[in-house]
Amino acid sequence: MAGTVKRDYSLVGESTRRAIETGLASAEWYHTDVPRKAIKELMQRSDGPAIRDTIIWIVAILGSAAGAIYFWGTWWCVPFFFVYGVLYGSSSDSRWHECGHGTAFRTRWMNDVVYQIASFMLMRNPVTWRWSHARHHTDTIIVGRDAEIAVMRPPDLLRAALAFTGILDFRYSLPALVRQALGKLTPDEKSYVPEMEQHKAVIAARWHIAIYIATIALALYMQSWVPVVLIGVPRLYGTWHMVMTGLLQHIGLADNVVDHRLNTRTVYMNPISRFIYWNMNYHVEHHMFPMVPYHALPKLHELIKHDLPEPNPSIWHAYREVWPVLLRQLKYEDHFLKRELPPTARPYRGEFHEVNMSAAAE
Amino acid sequence: MADWVEACAVDDVEEEDVIRFDHGGRTFAIYRSPDDEFFATDGFCTHEKAHLADGLVMDDIIECPKHNGRFNYKTGQAKGAPVCVNLATYPVKVEAGKVMIQIA
Ligand code: FES
Repeated sequence: MAGTVKRDYSLVGESTRRAIETGLASAEWYHTDVPRKAIKELMQRSDGPAIRDTIIWIVAILGSAAGAIYFWGTWWCVPFFFVYGVLYGSSSDSRWHECGHGTAFRTRWMNDVVYQIASFMLMRNPVTWRWSHARHHTDTIIVGRDAEIAVMRPPDLLRAALAFTGILDFRYSLPALVRQALGKLTPDEKSYVPEMEQHKAVIAARWHIAIYIATIALALYMQSWVPVVLIGVPRLYGTWHMVMTGLLQHIGLADNVVDHRLNTRTVYMNPISRFIYWNMNYHVEHHMFPMVPYHALPKLHELIKHDLPEPNPSIWHAYREVWPVLLRQLKYEDHFLKRELPPTARPYRGEFHEVNMSAAAE
Repeated sequence: MADWVEACAVDDVEEEDVIRFDHGGRTFAIYRSPDDEFFATDGFCTHEKAHLADGLVMDDIIECPKHNGRFNYKTGQAKGAPVCVNLATYPVKVEAGKVMIQIA
């Protein structure tokens, strides 16, 4: 029967070999037709929106940190930590992402500075993650190739739930930084970070570890938890929003296809979540046209939505829709949610999709 | 001996933009800079197989549409990850409203 082969998520294993052999790796992906003039306009960079958002972001981070310190020892510090945590542990992900693409600001160094800061907040090695994200765009949810598949099949629901607490990520990220600081990269990491860049990953990890050591030293010196609750630990208590929005990008949708309309999801979200997430809720649009900056994604969405599945109207709706799919994947890991296209859309292509879709789609 | 080949008409490329030019089984990218000069490079990114002509020209930079890798299209220099290998460039001249590139 088609599609019963077990998925091997390592990047140097059986699925990798199969993806390369079948042409799924580095394949030609589907794109909605957009006139060059229109896409060129949407791709245009400007510093204005990102400078405005970054000022708000920094002021909100410093303000909530100040409130948390001021009210430290009373219950009043809780709402400040709540805000600070989300800004530190969640909104940093979208800043990392947009600045990693180099699309947030027009000025390169501004992208680089925010990218480095956000990488630190996320406990992500800025070098290895840049390369893993490039791979994610080349081979989105191609098993054995994509290093950023958040929920593998069959889904580990306990793991997915724990992700909201940040514990698993913390447990992975910190030891990974220590390992990299010691000069050791895994075979997976070596598969997507070119040799000439690997030493930079080691240096970046050393900087991160040095800052954590300095933070702990400061906490010991001050005889206070405050430094660690403000630096490092927010990765635990502030991660939930990043996970809530980020999981929806691809969860429960098809894998091993070369059409982002099948494996990626656009969800309408409230303005606060969109600020935290920097419009990455327009995720199909982002994957099809990664050159378009976050602030132009709503316009891009309007331009191509006739060719995309209907977006989920809310975060809640998207989770409600995907929950039964995940439960079914526990038994039938080939099962996935196939999102219907509107009549105005070009149909899904056959070459890589027919087997999977007929075998497993809803 | 390197040949001069007609790539396009001057008006085919907007200012601060790029178009694709295929010749002899190869693909090139023809650029028109903001100060109205023409340049030519290989058409594919050196990172993976992406057409640079689908990318964005900003000043003297071409940004690849796939992973946003950047090159200086005047010199071919790769400006950092994920592009590490420079782009080949080709001499260009404009004659009678035609953009000619010299291909080895
Ligand atoms: S293909 Fe051009 S940057 Fe990756």
